[in-house]
Amino acid sequence: MSAREVFKFRLYTADGTENSSLALANLSALCRLHLPGRHEIEVVDVFRDPSRALADRIRMTPTLIKLAPAPVCRIVGTLSQKERVLLALGLEPIAA
Amino acid sequence: MKASVNRSTAATKKTPSGIAGFDELTGGGLPHRRSTVLSGGPGSGKTIFALQFLANGARKFKQPGIFVAFEEAPTRVVGNLQGFGWNLVQLQAQKKLFLLDAQAAPNLVQAGDFDLAGMLAVLGGQARAMGARRIVFDALDIVLSMLPDAAARRRELRRLHDWLLASGLTALLTAKIGGDGAQEMQPLGFMPFMVDCVVILNHRVVLGVSQRNLRVQKYRGSGFDENEAPFVIGKDGFDVAIPHASTRSSVPVGLERVSSGVARLDTMLDGGYYRAASVLITGLPGTAKTTLSGAFAEAACGRGESTVFVSFDSDGAEVIRNLTSVGIRLQRYVKSGCLKLISARTLSGSAETLLVRIKSIALEHRARCLVIDPISALFTAGNELTAHGVVDRLIDWSKSDGITLVCTSLIDETTNGKTERTQLQVSTLADTWIHLNYLVQAGERNRGLSIIKSRGTLHSNQVRELVLSASGVTLADIYTAGGEVLMGTLRWEKESAERVAQELTEVQSRLRRVRLDAEEAELEVRLKSLQTELAAKHVEKALLARTTASRQGRITKGRRQLRELRGGDLLRRERR
Repeated sequence: MSAREVFKFRLYTADGTENSSLALANLSALCRLHLPGRHEIEVVDVFRDPSRALADRIRMTPTLIKLAPAPVCRIVGTLSQKERVLLALGLEPIAA
Repeated sequence: MKASVNRSTAATKKTPSGIAGFDELTGGGLPHRRSTVLSGGPGSGKTIFALQFLANGARKFKQPGIFVAFEEAPTRVVGNLQGFGWNLVQLQAQKKLFLLDAQAAPNLVQAGDFDLAGMLAVLGGQARAMGARRIVFDALDIVLSMLPDAAARRRELRRLHDWLLASGLTALLTAKIGGDGAQEMQPLGFMPFMVDCVVILNHRVVLGVSQRNLRVQKYRGSGFDENEAPFVIGKDGFDVAIPHASTRSSVPVGLERVSSGVARLDTMLDGGYYRAASVLITGLPGTAKTTLSGAFAEAACGRGESTVFVSFDSDGAEVIRNLTSVGIRLQRYVKSGCLKLISARTLSGSAETLLVRIKSIALEHRARCLVIDPISALFTAGNELTAHGVVDRLIDWSKSDGITLVCTSLIDETTNGKTERTQLQVSTLADTWIHLNYLVQAGERNRGLSIIKSRGTLHSNQVRELVLSASGVTLADIYTAGGEVLMGTLRWEKESAERVAQELTEVQSRLRRVRLDAEEAELEVRLKSLQTELAAKHVEKALLARTTASRQGRITKGRRQLRELRGGDLLRRERR
C-alpha cells in the first residue's frame, strides 16, 4: 500500500446520540494517528438527510463507509474496537 | 405513566387487518397507531401475516405501508409471497408499499456499539413521503441479536418504541420464538410488555399432522378471544377459524324441505330434511351410508341444485360406479356440471386445512347441497383435538350459507367407546340423525334404518328395513313377532305367510257370502209362495162373506112378502 494514498471516509451519524459522537471522536483520533495528512471525512446526519441515508443503505448508526481506496468497506458502531477497525481498513497497528 | 393514560383512552380504536377471522377475533383488528408483537417459531407464518396486513391496508383501506426486512431480501420476500395474488409488485410501483432492505451486509464490520437511530430516521422520511399508516418490522430479533449487550438491546427497544409512538403508525413487530414457556419472549426482551397487543403463532405437529394456531396473548383496552384459534394458510393467505357464536344467531330459519332421495324416508321425516339443515348418517361399515347420501345427492341434482360430494373413502369414478349398482346414476350430473365429486384422498393436511379446502370448493361451485362421506375421516390420528371444532364450524358455516349438509359417520364396532363419544359430540350439533345398523338373523345380515332425532320435524319412531336393489333404494316395514324383529328373508316369509292367510280368509268369506245368498234366495221364494197363498185365502174369505150376505137377504125378503100376503091390516096400523 502506497503511503500517499488518501483515505476518503463518509460517516453517517445520528446527531445527539452518544454512539455517534463517540464514533466521530474515535475516527478523528485514528486518522490523526494513522493517516496524518491523508484523509477526508464527510459527516452526514441522518436526521437532516434521510434520503441520502436511504440511498446509501444506512440502517444502523453510526456507520462509517470507506470510499477510497478500494475496496469500499462499511464499519458499524462506535469504532471503539480499534484492532477491528484497523484490520477492516487494511492498516497496520502502531505500537503506542 | 402519563403515556399509558393517554393510550388507554384511544385504545379502543382499531386498524383492520383484513385477515379473515382475525378481525372478528380481536373485535376489529390491531390497536390503532399502536404496536403489536407477532411472535412464532420458524415457518409459523409471521411474514405472511405481516405482509398480508400491509397488502390489505394498501388495497382495501387506503393505508400505505412499510415493510422492514431484517432477515430476507425484500425481492425474495415478494417473490415468495407472489402466489397469494396480493399484487405486491404493483403496490410497490404505486408507492403504496415500500420494502426496506435492512439486512446486515455480509461484509459489514461491526466495531463497537451502534443504534437504530439511522434506520428510524430513514423510515421517518419514507413514511412522511408516502403517507404511510402501517409499518412492519420483520424479524426484529435479528437486529437485536447484533447489539453487544442487554443494556444496548433495552436502549434500542426503548428508542424503537418511542419512535413508533411518536410516528403514529400502526406497527407490527415480528419475532421468532424458540420453544415455549418462560423463554418465549426472550428475544424481544421487555418489548411484549411495552406494546399494546401480543399475538402468538403456533405451529405444532401432532402425530404427523400439522396444526396451526393463533393466540392473542394480550390486548390492552380491548376484549379478545383468549383461546387458540386454528388457522390455515390458504391460497389467499391467512384464514383464521373463528368460533361460531357471532355468526350463528343471524341465520334466517326457513321451513323449506328438501328430499332425502328416498321417498319413504321423506315420509318418515314428514316431508324430508329442512333446507340448510345438517344431517348425520351414522352406521357400521357397509350399512349403506354412502348409498343414502348418494340418493340425497341425486335428488338434489335432479332439482337442479349445485351439489358437492366429498368422498374420503374412494375415488370419484368408484363412487359413481358403486352407486350405479343400486340405481343411483350420478354420471350424468357430473357431466352436466351440477355435481362436483371430490375425492378427498387427494387432499391432505389437518382437519382445519380440509375444512378450508372443502369450503373454497363449495364456494367456487356455489353449492346448495354438500355431502361429506364420511365426516369421521376428520377425526383421524393427530386431529382428535381440533376435529370437533372443525365440524362445529363446518356445520355453522353450511347453515349460515344455506347449504344442506349430509355427513356420514362411521361407527366402528371394535373401538366403540371412543368413537361413540366422538359421534355424540357431532350428533348434538346435527339437526337430523339417522342411524343404520345390521340385524343378523337366520343367517342373514339386513340393514335397519331408524331416525334417532330430527329437530323440528315430525318423524317416525319406526325402524325400517333398508332395501337396496338395482332399481333403487327403498324402505320396507319390518315385522315384529313375539318381541322379535324380522327382516330380510324372514320378513319375506312372514309376508308371504300373511298373504296366504289373507287369501284363505278372503276365500272363506266369499264362500260364506254365497251360502248366505242362497239362503236368502230360498227364504225369499218361500216368502213369495206364502204371500200368494195368503192372497188366495183373502179372496176365498171375501167370496164366503158375499154368499152369506145374499142368502141372508133372500131370507128376509121372503119373510116380508109372506107377511104382506098374510094381513093387510097390519099395514094400516103401521100407517097410524
